[in-house]
Amino acid sequence: MELNNKLTVSASPHVKSAETTTGIMLDVIIALIPAGVASIFVFGLKALAVIAVSVAACVLAEFLSRKAMKREQTIGDLSAVVTGLLLAYNLPATMPLWEVALGAVIAIVVVKQMFGGIGQNFVNPALLARIVLMSAFPARMSAGAMAGTNITGWDVEAATGATPMGMISLADGLKDGAPSLMDMFIGTTSGCLGEVSALALMLGGLYLIIRKVISPIIPVAYIGTVAIITLIAFGDVNAMLYEVLGGGLMIGAIFMATDYTTSPITNKGKWIYAICAGLLTCLIRLFGSLPEGVSFSIIIMNILVPHIENATKPTIFGTVKEKKNKEADA
Amino acid sequence: MAEKKTLGQEFSKGLIKENPVLRLVLGTCPTLAVSTSIENAIGMGIAATLVLICSNIVISALKKVIPNKVRIPCYIVVIAAFVTIVQLLVKAFAPDLDASLGIYLPLIVVNCIILGRAEGFANKNSVIASAVDGIGMGVGFTIALTLMAAVREFFGSGNLTLKVLGFGTTLTDIFGLGEKDVLTAIGLEPILIFILAPGGFFTFGLLMACANKLAEKNGKPKAELKGCEACPMAATCAMKADGKECAE
Repeated sequence: MELNNKLTVSASPHVKSAETTTGIMLDVIIALIPAGVASIFVFGLKALAVIAVSVAACVLAEFLSRKAMKREQTIGDLSAVVTGLLLAYNLPATMPLWEVALGAVIAIVVVKQMFGGIGQNFVNPALLARIVLMSAFPARMSAGAMAGTNITGWDVEAATGATPMGMISLADGLKDGAPSLMDMFIGTTSGCLGEVSALALMLGGLYLIIRKVISPIIPVAYIGTVAIITLIAFGDVNAMLYEVLGGGLMIGAIFMATDYTTSPITNKGKWIYAICAGLLTCLIRLFGSLPEGVSFSIIIMNILVPHIENATKPTIFGTVKEKKNKEADA
Repeated sequence: MAEKKTLGQEFSKGLIKENPVLRLVLGTCPTLAVSTSIENAIGMGIAATLVLICSNIVISALKKVIPNKVRIPCYIVVIAAFVTIVQLLVKAFAPDLDASLGIYLPLIVVNCIILGRAEGFANKNSVIASAVDGIGMGVGFTIALTLMAAVREFFGSGNLTLKVLGFGTTLTDIFGLGEKDVLTAIGLEPILIFILAPGGFFTFGLLMACANKLAEKNGKPKAELKGCEACPMAATCAMKADGKECAE
């Protein structure tokens, strides 16, 4: 009996580690706190309400759907909290709260639990929920609340304006009235909750890299690709920095594209994945009709991840690489 | 299709158990395209049902005359004739419906439900049984379309057009809301995606799940089948009727 308690009988791998899903998720939550604080500082209590509703709805949706499917509860692993936070950071503060809750239900029930729960979702739940909300309420999602107008106000609908990504285009370059680069770095501009402060997001990303929760490859390659392409396209460092700091690129590259379930395992795969995502983002931003393309490009790359994994499969230890031999096939 | 069914069963099987859209997954293209409003859905359902009944009767009556090798072209000619009649009727008496259904009205010719029932049922059953099968399948198609349209229209535009061929009313008129839609009136707002294609697929999937649940409750075994039984086309497959297994 005693022996049974000490030994775990399971299939390989047999690596023992103190690392748990809950621990990793807790690290991600800690890394997301600076951006949340920045958004509350910029947008006021409305931002706090959006975050609270999103997290609560995600956890509740996870609890109820696991209960309805008669499966073991997984809310303890905190992954629903992370999804809730990411979803909230992808919405503008002006979003009505029932629409926030609807997005949470789509993320958790449709994208995550219907495909089998944690580790089984085929795309990032929070991102897909954002895209569904974008198609469902296009006017709401494109209007970002202006910063600094509403520290305690609830009725912020009057104070909306174009998000920074709407102020730059390949044809016209930077338009007049665009926020300064410093504003965009610190976060006092308009946009979605988690988009505004590049500084806060970078702090969180740095924490995750130091704690070895994420590898720096994806964020660096993703942002680097966008930087290089926009530098070539605009021929202007200011415009390049503007593209890098603006929109959802920072939060997308650091927190969404690095999701374990929907990003490649191998380093080679990560490079391919991140560079392709960067290319797609630039294509959509520069040539598409949408001002912002981070969410779509990450979702498209999420779907392609199984193929990237297939193409970058490492050789099994102790075997030689299979040679392409057409005669053997025939 | 082992045992003989009564006429009542021939009719009722089309409603849920073998609902052409939700269980046999036939005719999904018009289903997704026209289920954006109840008025369109009912109009499409009625038009397809008329064609289905008439073509089932004629094909069943001609089943001994039509050579087996050219049966599909023969079916299409029969179906196309009835579609043309229905289209001209709709154009003459319900021009609004004709405008909103557009290309999907003539496309009834290639609607898989009609060809599927001709191939899978009418060519080996009596005229009366085929007519009843046509009515059942047509009603099943109309019900599925209307249900989908109700969900999509209500959430997508916050309104329901409770109209058949131009007669009837809308939900906003019942509540006397004027320009406002129902969802806005209770403090929400229409969810545009339901009117778009993704919302159509989503509603379709949910309704299929409900239909599967209902069909299982009615005594049909769970859909864990092998070979031909697992194939969604099994009911209408010509090879299975000949006693052969297909390659898949």
